Amino acid sequence: MTSIPVSGTSVIPKVTVSPEALSRTRVLVLLGTTLFLALAMYYFIGVDEGMTSVFGKTMMIHEWVHDSRHFLGFPCH
Amino acid sequence: MELRVILRGALSGLIAGVLAFVFAKIFAEPVINKAIAYESGRDAILDKLNKAAGRPVAPDGPEIFSRHVQSTVGLASGLIGFGVAMGAIVAVVYLVLHGRTTIRPRVMAICLAAFGFLGVFLLPFVKYPANPPAIGHSFTITTRGHLYLAMVGASIVLLALAVYLGYRLHRRFGVFYASLMAAVAFLIPYCVLIGVLPSLGDLSANVAHRGQFGYARAATETPQPITNVLSTPLVINGKTIAPGQLVYPGFDADVLWKFRWYSLLNQLLIWGASSLIFGALLERFFRTPRTPSPGQADRAAAFG
Repeated sequence: MTSIPVSGTSVIPKVTVSPEALSRTRVLVLLGTTLFLALAMYYFIGVDEGMTSVFGKTMMIHEWVHDSRHFLGFPCH
Repeated sequence: MELRVILRGALSGLIAGVLAFVFAKIFAEPVINKAIAYESGRDAILDKLNKAAGRPVAPDGPEIFSRHVQSTVGLASGLIGFGVAMGAIVAVVYLVLHGRTTIRPRVMAICLAAFGFLGVFLLPFVKYPANPPAIGHSFTITTRGHLYLAMVGASIVLLALAVYLGYRLHRRFGVFYASLMAAVAFLIPYCVLIGVLPSLGDLSANVAHRGQFGYARAATETPQPITNVLSTPLVINGKTIAPGQLVYPGFDADVLWKFRWYSLLNQLLIWGASSLIFGALLERFFRTPRTPSPGQADRAAAFG
């Protein structure tokens, strides 16, 4: 994207996009991905291997985060 | 800009998580150890009672990681992970609102953290407070999980609606009355929700267990004193336990209070610290003079 022809104007503005720019779609993808990862973290710290389990009925994650799960206010076991 | 703001949010949460770990290690772990000691003694007594009465004995929970691992790296990863996740979510919401209000970044960061603290923790906590180990029946975990998450979801939605309502009304009625109206509009459905959702002790699975040793009928799942629930005496370790006789005390009220109080302070610490750090980082980030390019102006416009 170097120039945008605009009808009705004689002067065509030259638009330079800085290399760190993100498009609208990329912004949405970035925000969506972040939100998804954060919610997944919330889920694995607070819920997994308690009421439901994603990777089968082991108790590895549950036991690992056991103390923090209690302390953060989640129902644990 | 977006990625940098998200990273700053996550970093703030990470630092807050480390602080929370230090706090939890000093204040929560001694309380958790007391609760676990109570639970072990209780389980031992229950096993003996059930054996003496010829009833099935509950199996022990798994011990995959030692208490040392759970109370150090396990505790740290959980708290830091929670801090990072919440920091990232706050950053995402900040980005969505950025440029749409006249609120300065550090005030916005504090507002968002206050919203998160209330919606994610405190409002659900009012109905279903945090419990130390030893409290919580394993056979109700699914129901309790659903109820807790429902409470979290409903709190966030109701709070968001109240904020929106206050925002819409503030031009007409002024900030004070608009806030008051929004608060009332929030409290009515929230109180109804608290009244409608069941107390954990009233769950049907818990009511069904009332004939078992150690499951006396109560409003919560907090362990009640263990008594001989049979109409005949039992003999344990050569001692005769008469019907109705107390064998083991209920859960220590002071331990429970301390655990919940520290749990609340811990959340306050996580949200408070991360919002202050995030706010400071944001102010620095947006004040730093960068070479202005038309591209930046475009992105600012695209973002509203």
